[in-house]
Amino acid sequence: MDFNDTPEQAKFRKTCRKWLEDNAELSSGGSREDSFGNIDYLEVAKEWQRKKYQAGWAMLHWPKSYGGIEASPIERIIWSEEESKFNVPKGIFEIGLGMCGPVMMQYATEEQKSRFLPPMAEGKEIWCQLFSEPSAGSDVAGLRSKAVKNGDEWIVNGQKVWTSGAHFCDYGILVVRHDANLDKHKGMTFFFVDMKSPGIEVKPIKQITGGSSFNEVYFNDVVIPDTQRLGDIGDGWKVAITTLMNERLAVGDASGADVEDAFRWAKNQDDSGEPLINNKAARGLIADWYCEANGLKNTKLRTMSALSKGETPGPEASITKVVSANKLQNIGNFGIDSLDMAGMLKSEDPDIKNFQGSWLGAPGLRIAGGTDEILRNIIAERVLGLPQDQRADKGIAFKDIPSGNS
Amino acid sequence: MNLDFSNDQKFLQEEARKFLEKEGSINRNRKVLDSDHNTDIELWNKIVDLGWTGIRIPEEYGGLGLSHLELCVVAEELGRFLAPVPFSSSVYLFTEAIIKYANEDMKKEILPKIITGQIIGTLAVTEELCAPTAFNIKTEVINNHISGKKIAVPDAGIATHSIIVAKSGDSISLNLVDHSLNQVTISHQENIDESRGHFSIVLNEAQCELIGDTSNGWHLFESLMDQAAVLFSFEQLGGSQASLDMAVSYAKERYAFGRPIGSFQAIKHKLADMYIALTLAKSNCYYAAWALSSDSSDLPTAAATARVSSTKAYQFCSKENIQTHGGNGFTWEYDCHMFYRRSKLLSVNIGSLGKWKEKLVSSLEQSNKN
Repeated sequence: MDFNDTPEQAKFRKTCRKWLEDNAELSSGGSREDSFGNIDYLEVAKEWQRKKYQAGWAMLHWPKSYGGIEASPIERIIWSEEESKFNVPKGIFEIGLGMCGPVMMQYATEEQKSRFLPPMAEGKEIWCQLFSEPSAGSDVAGLRSKAVKNGDEWIVNGQKVWTSGAHFCDYGILVVRHDANLDKHKGMTFFFVDMKSPGIEVKPIKQITGGSSFNEVYFNDVVIPDTQRLGDIGDGWKVAITTLMNERLAVGDASGADVEDAFRWAKNQDDSGEPLINNKAARGLIADWYCEANGLKNTKLRTMSALSKGETPGPEASITKVVSANKLQNIGNFGIDSLDMAGMLKSEDPDIKNFQGSWLGAPGLRIAGGTDEILRNIIAERVLGLPQDQRADKGIAFKDIPSGNS
Repeated sequence: MNLDFSNDQKFLQEEARKFLEKEGSINRNRKVLDSDHNTDIELWNKIVDLGWTGIRIPEEYGGLGLSHLELCVVAEELGRFLAPVPFSSSVYLFTEAIIKYANEDMKKEILPKIITGQIIGTLAVTEELCAPTAFNIKTEVINNHISGKKIAVPDAGIATHSIIVAKSGDSISLNLVDHSLNQVTISHQENIDESRGHFSIVLNEAQCELIGDTSNGWHLFESLMDQAAVLFSFEQLGGSQASLDMAVSYAKERYAFGRPIGSFQAIKHKLADMYIALTLAKSNCYYAAWALSSDSSDLPTAAATARVSSTKAYQFCSKENIQTHGGNGFTWEYDCHMFYRRSKLLSVNIGSLGKWKEKLVSSLEQSNKN
């Protein structure tokens, strides 16, 4: 056991570090800000992405022909470890690069890849993911948006929802139902679509944080060329699953208030005349969060160890989001409660902002990219091998599946 | 970056697992629980023959001279198979204390006999029905003779020697006592996991030998606890995994309402939560194993983190394993209760969850000051 880089890894880390020092400022500690919808932030983020792209860091594991440097998984981790120490924009490109990119890489034609992947990596064109619908959330295969084939084109009608960044995105990946007479999982087909196409209407959704990072997207007779189909007709679910697997990796750790923030805060915050850290209940909570935070950190190190040896990591990383999103919510709650009767007040204090922002943002994280409940099902079924739940939607045409009032 | 055991260490773990499985260690635990004994002597002797009591003992004393990492993987298997032997008392506590603190003469005298099984040791601290501290120890050493009463000493019945935490003048010291002395009386005390007996030790001016020095015995004790916490954590990890495995396998086989109970989300989510607790504990144990084997200054924090996570994981997994088994889980006949009992024994033997949470936060405050 050791925590040292191999000489090659150390050299690579030094290269990353050097470039970051030359091009960015070290971070003084993270806070959870809802900056997704902010246009100034978007410009700053695009500028940073362009710089990274020019130096080969944007999608470093990609082939050189699409702007990468063909980095290994461990080098990719080293890069993101170093980048996370710097005060740089994040959150805008994750979905495009983390989910749309891999799907295009796997299913698009050579010509399409050459056309779309480099500008995606550069941040010149931003991509979104159009999966969820008003009646298809955790059960995303219950989606109803329709695609009808018309010669070499498809006509799409319906509504998508929870589409992060749709209001500033250039392209999207889309899964729709082409035949409601088939079984639920067989009647779907996958496309990519120009978000500026006539008939697409984007309406931002205001979230409980007050920000608007995601949207409703309406499709009214939107025309998509058949050449923009990814996978065969009827393979939509298979392609979507590839994407969702990547999403769980992309969403991962929750940023925002963590145990260090709670600990530092508790040492300075007054608790009826004593520092809060002297409060036995507070100490117990900090111990619990420290164990969770380090459990996740060390789990990541185990995954990295496997990658470093060229092995396939175990399923241990599947616990990350459930643990970190709940921890975020609890720590935010702790910070607010520590202010007692003043806890409701907004403040310019960065710690208070962080606690309140984390508390308001955490409910979203417990849902996005697989709810706590869906993730527990996945752990139970895929890791522990438990049988699937009995389902009322198997072996019948989609149109005959009970759907309640909607 | 390599937060993993080596292939040799994994091989040793695999061998340990095969051995304990072949020996029917879990059934042996049941037999001990149902008998008047508190140890499976036959299994213990086989363990001694395999050399496990000497894993960490330097070669110059006849041991295997391996690191704590080898001890960690063996501990995990002993936990998984509920081995009814005094390994934690004799190896994690007694042997480690001798290696760490004893003078050369004592090491030469004691260590070879631990390897051959002639000496089995334990550690005696508690005197009242509350947590021992540097201030409530009354057992006292005067001129190398010790008097007082210790209670709840694990495995003292089979042990030949104890390390007794006692008062020496104004401070605390660690003292080696031979159980065969007339001035030492050992009596069985009933406990809630009789597969590992607990005993009182009454000392009436018994001859004793100082380990370490008298000025900082409590510090030596605490530092020994940090080490032991990592090893106990691995044993707890093994027990957690066994409890989860049992629950998963039962949930696949047991049918209710016309389907396996494991297909119900109420059960799935419970088992997923067990997996989450176990995975957090395992990762923290790996880090603590590194901290222990590399003598890191981070050991107090790392050990407490592993200890808190593993205690929580084992307590959670063993109680929810019973719950998953329904009424069957509440019977003596099913094995669930043996893991439930052992989870409690391993949890309180070196101090409760609350105490270790406190140690964790104190160590954070300490390392923050430095």
